[in-house]
Amino acid sequence: MSKRFPFLISVLIFGYAFLYIPIISLIVYSFNESRLVTVWSGFSTKWYSALLHNEPLLNAAWLSVKIASINASLAVILGTLAALALVRFRSHRGTASLGIMVTAPLVMPEVITGLSLLLLFVAMETLIGWPSGRGQTTIILAHVTFSMAYVAVIVQSRLANMDQSLEEAALDLGAKPLKVFFAITLPIISPALLAGWLLAFTLSMDDLVVASFVSGPGSTTLPMVVYSSVRLGVSPQINALATIIVGIVSVAVLIAGIVMYRQEKNRML
Amino acid sequence: MKRWLTTMSERGHGVVVAVPWLWLALFFALPFLFVLKISLSEPQLAQPPYMDMLRYTEDGVMSIIINFDNYLLLWEDSLYVGALLGSLKVASISTLFCLLIGYPMAYAIARSPNHWRLPLLMLIILPFWTSFLIRVYAWIGILKNNGLLNNFLIWLGAIDQPLEIMYTPIAVYIGVVYSYLPFLILPLYATLVKLDPTLLEAAADLGARPFKQFLKITLPQSLPGVLAGSMLVFIPVMGEFVIPDLLGGNSTLMLGKMMWTEFFNNKDWPVASSLACVLLLLLIVPFVILRHFEGKAVEELE
Amino acid sequence: MTTQPINQTKDEVIHSNDDEIVKIDNVSKNFGNVFACDNINLSIHRGEFFSLLGASGCGKTTLLRILAGFETPSSGRVLIDGVDMTDVPPYQRPVNMMFQSYALFPHMTVIDNIAFGLKQESMPKSQLEDRVKEVMALVQIEKFAKRKPDQLSGGQRQRVALARSLAKQPKILLLDEPLGALDKKLREQTQFELVNIQERLGITFIIVTHDQEEAMTMSSRIALMHEGRIEQLDAPRRMYEFPVSRYSANFIGLVNLFDGHVISQDDDQVLIQSNQSETPLLVRYSQQLTSGMEVTVALRPEKIRIINNADDQPNRITAVIKDIAYLGDVSIYHAELASGLRIKFTLPNVQALAEQPLTWEQEVVLGWQADSCSLLTQ
Repeated sequence: MSKRFPFLISVLIFGYAFLYIPIISLIVYSFNESRLVTVWSGFSTKWYSALLHNEPLLNAAWLSVKIASINASLAVILGTLAALALVRFRSHRGTASLGIMVTAPLVMPEVITGLSLLLLFVAMETLIGWPSGRGQTTIILAHVTFSMAYVAVIVQSRLANMDQSLEEAALDLGAKPLKVFFAITLPIISPALLAGWLLAFTLSMDDLVVASFVSGPGSTTLPMVVYSSVRLGVSPQINALATIIVGIVSVAVLIAGIVMYRQEKNRML
Repeated sequence: MKRWLTTMSERGHGVVVAVPWLWLALFFALPFLFVLKISLSEPQLAQPPYMDMLRYTEDGVMSIIINFDNYLLLWEDSLYVGALLGSLKVASISTLFCLLIGYPMAYAIARSPNHWRLPLLMLIILPFWTSFLIRVYAWIGILKNNGLLNNFLIWLGAIDQPLEIMYTPIAVYIGVVYSYLPFLILPLYATLVKLDPTLLEAAADLGARPFKQFLKITLPQSLPGVLAGSMLVFIPVMGEFVIPDLLGGNSTLMLGKMMWTEFFNNKDWPVASSLACVLLLLLIVPFVILRHFEGKAVEELE
Repeated sequence: MTTQPINQTKDEVIHSNDDEIVKIDNVSKNFGNVFACDNINLSIHRGEFFSLLGASGCGKTTLLRILAGFETPSSGRVLIDGVDMTDVPPYQRPVNMMFQSYALFPHMTVIDNIAFGLKQESMPKSQLEDRVKEVMALVQIEKFAKRKPDQLSGGQRQRVALARSLAKQPKILLLDEPLGALDKKLREQTQFELVNIQERLGITFIIVTHDQEEAMTMSSRIALMHEGRIEQLDAPRRMYEFPVSRYSANFIGLVNLFDGHVISQDDDQVLIQSNQSETPLLVRYSQQLTSGMEVTVALRPEKIRIINNADDQPNRITAVIKDIAYLGDVSIYHAELASGLRIKFTLPNVQALAEQPLTWEQEVVLGWQADSCSLLTQ
């Protein structure tokens, strides 16, 4: 292929360059002495230490991590239930509408999601008194709503690919349906659950728009802090933050890649 | 015995369907009704910043006030129409560019040797896991007047004066394509990789040259994936806020930014809501297309 | 393992009806307008090796799944050992199944796979371990106890699947195309092993297969299914020698079919006039037939012999050899009759001659006995 289609290779190279040059530029200039992010004046890690003393940002980061974790865990539960329904219980009467409601959040513009949820929370507060005020709770509720859609897609795919006769074999051997789910189905789809958890976590950590709509005083998330910083122009601390994030993600992806590679090697055939 | 067992398993199934269904009905579907309701009410300077639709007149009679002013405003004020057209323009052109870049990339990965595919895909997905906001921010540093791109071109001697890219529509296009490219590549790759290569061999055997093979066989077969992927870009970009805000400044009118401004800056919830309703209406057709071709793309794989 | 043909002892053994372990009573199953099973009535005896044979889509797999409990019949009842189990879920039936894809749990070792069913019964630990060891020894997979399924070959996985399905000592073992994934040599070896295991354990085996050789080799009785119904239910020998319909005759082995009508009948012989044969055909048949009735004579290729004019054979025809298929042990000859009908006859290659005893375009006279063929009335 490579000999006959140099065009394809060059497209790939251009594409990957396009994807990575911005990220690399962020990293490089996070070590820049000067405040002017694009004029190199020497190597320095001062922005990293500034970052580590930036209390508002650190608090926001911690809040985001908390929200993201709770969100991811709830999203995995709800998303898996939805996936189960869509793949195994297709003929049940609620499933068709569930399918639509689960696909829509994937593409819904965030401004609409954010606005509509805020209006809901306001109305709920008026009617039943909960949620009282906007803050961590409302952000979590909002994030779970769209995160579960992503989890559902991932788990759905894995479930559909799974050999159903495995579940039948378990039933045949005397296990009741609930036992079959926990002993057989769950272990087999667990990679998808993990991927879903990570994805939901990332989406929550990264969400600006929805959080802006549904958050309240005292619940400023990391993206909100980042946004207010960068609105005013470039900020080297943000570069440092970006580098740290890229570092964590790269390490995680590398570990995942190695684990998957090892698993493949262990197979006999 | 039969009835008990059937109802138990049906009940179990029912719970599994009901829990996510109820959550989504409450937190996803129901809110839209509120958006519709608020879009039909009047603004006021209070908390919450809209007037109740159910009100009592002096005689104590309850009446419902439906206010279409907001929609009339949208229709008449060229600003809003401009935002609508702006969104359509940006969404369509960006989708096109994503296709132009993304299709060859997806194709190249799909046709690459097996052991390369996973790493190549991981490299596509990796940026997606880093912060969206921060990656858009990266482009600020690149595109601004004394940014990387301009400095590089000046150093090359290609230009004398810096190019004004920031706060122009071009910056928005770059930002959108950059952020949404993986959304197109992944489903397209999934479709392309499942295509039967022996069909191409059959075509070659019958005398078709590579480009013709692509045009007549690969392209038509990949159409469901193309359409599904395009909608995955088009729909969210229609309502995109962050990119036009950070990179486009005031040059690009888009619905998402307009909604945000109305809501946060003007505190005009009803107008923001009517904008949301209009946007939702516009997105119904693309959404239906997406569902249809998503289903088709999945069918082809089976 | 003996080399004695396997079904010779089981052939004519008749189990008494009291030993019925499965009764399928007017079972139908439809999916929309399509009837996968259409009014099936079947009685399977304890300790039998029973085959459901048929082409794809005939309903055999659906029937097996109904027995296992994965499908409920649209109408009719299923009784297992006298108990109506039509609506009993699979995890409460004394039935176990060996799946076509083996369905081994990928995240468990061989031991855990086999022990799974026993754990659902809350069997005490030491008893469980003993039982697992016992059944692993039965199929000879002790060496692979700690491995996971993706570290086993196809044949090894099959043994694990078999062991797992036998672990709970079910009353009935269902096998879905058990030999489909194996190559020919392994298939033959596994056929012997399966039959041996079945004889040792005395469990009733019910297998589903599309391979007639498999069914003929292993089973004591075969139910040939076609379009959701049972075409014929018989021991292998009777199914081969006395097919009841064109479909049965064609499905198993090779067959020659002559269409004609009844001329006369006396005692136990019927004379048939067929315009596909120059002389009338004589068939041994004891049931009463009406004169002029439309019938078909079914004649197996190996029953035909080459005769000279002096031979006294009740049935004789002349034919011209058009095609010869050399298979090593036998040769199949395709010969054309004056009527245009092509028939097949086989001759063992008794001598390793450089020349064939017969050649193309050679005219031969063929003959067969009256009790070498059978009559189809439908």
